[in-house]
Amino acid sequence: MNKKDLGLLILILAVGTVVAILNPRFLLPVNLANTSNLVGLFGLSAIGQAFVIITGGIELSVGSVIALIGVLFIDLVATEGVPWPIAFVLMVILGVLIGLAHGLLITKLKLQPFIVTLCGLLVYRGVARFYTQDATVGFSFGQTFPALNWLTVGQTFGVPHSFIVMLIVAIIMWVVLHRSVFGRYLFAVGKNEEAARFSGIRTDRIIIRAYIICQVLTVISAIYFAMYTQSISPASQGNFYELYAIAAAVLGGFSLRGGEGSIVGVVLGVVLLQELQNLVNLLGIPSSLNFAVMGGVILIGVTVDQQWGRFRLRRAGEAARVVAP
Amino acid sequence: MNSLPSAVVGHPTAAPFLVLTDVSKSYVGVRALRDFSMSVSRGEVIGIVGENGAGKSTLMKILGGVIAPDGGTIAIDGTPHAALTVAESIAAGIAFVHQELNLFDNLDVAGNVFIGREPRHGGWLQLVDQQKMRAMTAPLLKRVGANFPPETPVASLSLAQRQLVEIAKALSVEARLVILDEPTSSLPVAETEKLLEVIAGLKAEGISVIFISHRLHEVERAADRVIALRDGSLAGLLEKAEITHGRMVKLMIGRDLLVPTTEATTPGPTILRLKGVQTTAYPGHPVDLDLHAGEILGLAGLVGAGRTELARVIFGVDPAVSGTMELDGAPLAIASTADAVARGIFLVPEDRKGTGVLLDLPIQENISLPNLNAHATRFIVSREREARTAGIQRDRLNIKAPTMKTLTGLLSGGNQQKVVLAKWLAMTPKVMILDEPTRGIDIGAKSEIYRLMRGLAKSGVAVLMISSDMEEVIGVSDRIAVMHEGAIAGVLTRHQFSEENILLLAVGKTLHEAEMA
Repeated sequence: MNKKDLGLLILILAVGTVVAILNPRFLLPVNLANTSNLVGLFGLSAIGQAFVIITGGIELSVGSVIALIGVLFIDLVATEGVPWPIAFVLMVILGVLIGLAHGLLITKLKLQPFIVTLCGLLVYRGVARFYTQDATVGFSFGQTFPALNWLTVGQTFGVPHSFIVMLIVAIIMWVVLHRSVFGRYLFAVGKNEEAARFSGIRTDRIIIRAYIICQVLTVISAIYFAMYTQSISPASQGNFYELYAIAAAVLGGFSLRGGEGSIVGVVLGVVLLQELQNLVNLLGIPSSLNFAVMGGVILIGVTVDQQWGRFRLRRAGEAARVVAP
Repeated sequence: MNSLPSAVVGHPTAAPFLVLTDVSKSYVGVRALRDFSMSVSRGEVIGIVGENGAGKSTLMKILGGVIAPDGGTIAIDGTPHAALTVAESIAAGIAFVHQELNLFDNLDVAGNVFIGREPRHGGWLQLVDQQKMRAMTAPLLKRVGANFPPETPVASLSLAQRQLVEIAKALSVEARLVILDEPTSSLPVAETEKLLEVIAGLKAEGISVIFISHRLHEVERAADRVIALRDGSLAGLLEKAEITHGRMVKLMIGRDLLVPTTEATTPGPTILRLKGVQTTAYPGHPVDLDLHAGEILGLAGLVGAGRTELARVIFGVDPAVSGTMELDGAPLAIASTADAVARGIFLVPEDRKGTGVLLDLPIQENISLPNLNAHATRFIVSREREARTAGIQRDRLNIKAPTMKTLTGLLSGGNQQKVVLAKWLAMTPKVMILDEPTRGIDIGAKSEIYRLMRGLAKSGVAVLMISSDMEEVIGVSDRIAVMHEGAIAGVLTRHQFSEENILLLAVGKTLHEAEMA
């Protein structure tokens, strides 16, 4: 854990303490379980987003993919009678294909990530709404899938499984990003794609893989969201979720220019965002102010972080000047 | 040849516009300019020659007010200043035409000439008065002999025409001293002639010109006086009658070549063979070239001759338009840099900071980057192994840094270049391409890099060195291939090595003419 992450953790604890003092219900097991469930759901897609942002890209289609995968998965399992493991595998394959398509458009046709994924946002949302004719999709009365339910919305000792799955994914992805060869390439590509290429790295492949990872994690989170909400209206499911993911990454110390950030940071960013949501609810702040509170906190956080970064850079520069001949 | 004090006295025919007296400037540990004195009279053309790192750019920055000298005075019209600010420099009528032109492609000529100073109309709306601007630009273009109208989009102009726009821009601010930095380095011969005429025209108007160039023949023709710089000091001053090519070279170099290759090397078998390779920059100009084991092949030519483009094709950065390559006699297909690296073809690129290293990665991570799988166990990078590799290369290349975990961007240019070399030397090079390997590097690191290149060649590596530094090309290479407009104009063997031969081939004349010269 670096200093940035530590600062974020301290902020989370400080905010938590204040909220707990103002409203002790914050610490009730049911509230904590609820919040950690949301952390798990949003965390999965935010970790995916982090891989794309590391490369200096952005993935705006997350919310629409959550809606599309949600309706497809529920429809396959509840209406078409497809066994859920098969439906799950099909959805993951679809995620890989979407990620591959985005990656290819961005690297081979040199389109800007913002544009490619913005079009994705529009297209997948449209397809999801068309697929159900704008109708809400859900399970029929009495339909149960015990194993699937246990895996997704179940709890162990009061800890939601979504949260546990997110933690497992985070640990795996931490190893991938911070310890593996691929992770090293991701940072290199994000910091300076040209220089990475001049070191013999197949930068296109690295970028494409980042978009695939993002979509696969988004698919997993989409299924968790679907099982959590149980019924899905394709016009509203997952709206703005890409922005939560981006906000979490930015709060967690990612630079949208790429090459900077950590898995611990993005998870803590998700935790802080959900804590703020919870704060709005618990402190009786009108829920219409929800976005305003979030936006304000992100702005302050990023500003402080920037200034701190500049300060450290200056100090490092001065230190180097003393050392260098 | 006059000694130093006469430079201060200046040209006898007119009162000097600008007089520098004992100007000095040091950067950390390096004296960039030492007790330098010069004078520029009205309507005088001064040629400034010197190698890279001789202090020319420091001098220009002082005149432009970008940096302040540590000592000495700058007198303009007899008024002494300890230093100029940028505003003072502009107010004094000092105008620069830089090697890299600073024009806006998306504007027309008039818009560029009056950028930031556009005539306005329309009251509070402050609209740009296009008509007036064009009317004001037309006479300026006429003065520089430009044959295009003010409303021409700059994007459609050639390099030479853009230079005229820059000069017109200088005239528009009533420049009294126009400083041309390497104005002809990338111009074809005919365009160069035209530029020399423009310089003569400025001179006739009483405008002073400082003409900085590596192309000594043009300096010889254009300059009234020549100032030679060497290692930050005035190496000598030549009056009109004394200006000859030979004298300038002598003053510029003033010492033995940095690396005289004493032993005659026997080149081994052909390692890399290019057959009709065409780059996207010069389609229709195929390159045939053989690169032997154990030799250093110098690749000379003017800026823009297609040398870097050729290196990029060999290294897989850009695809070739056509042509084939062979490595050790077998066909070589390179579709990406990864392919090149896998075959042992490495490139030390020209743009060190942009493509050579990742400035915000630690030294050791830069060194292991091209060969990361060898530093990993089951996809997990071993930092111990990285540190070990970096340590070996540090000792071999004498990289000066606090630790191998220091960010590469904090190192000096020479040490950054050693990091670039280290990442390739940590692997097994077969073909090593170095593009301007010593540009902007201090003398000490330079000779280390030369030694290293020779060591690589001796160990059987084929070394291709692109360089615009004549002394370097002649001193380091075993053979010199000269490029002109994307093609190899000729290959010189050791007994043919001379600046004249290289230059003649570089401007498109044949070796036969070169030998006659």
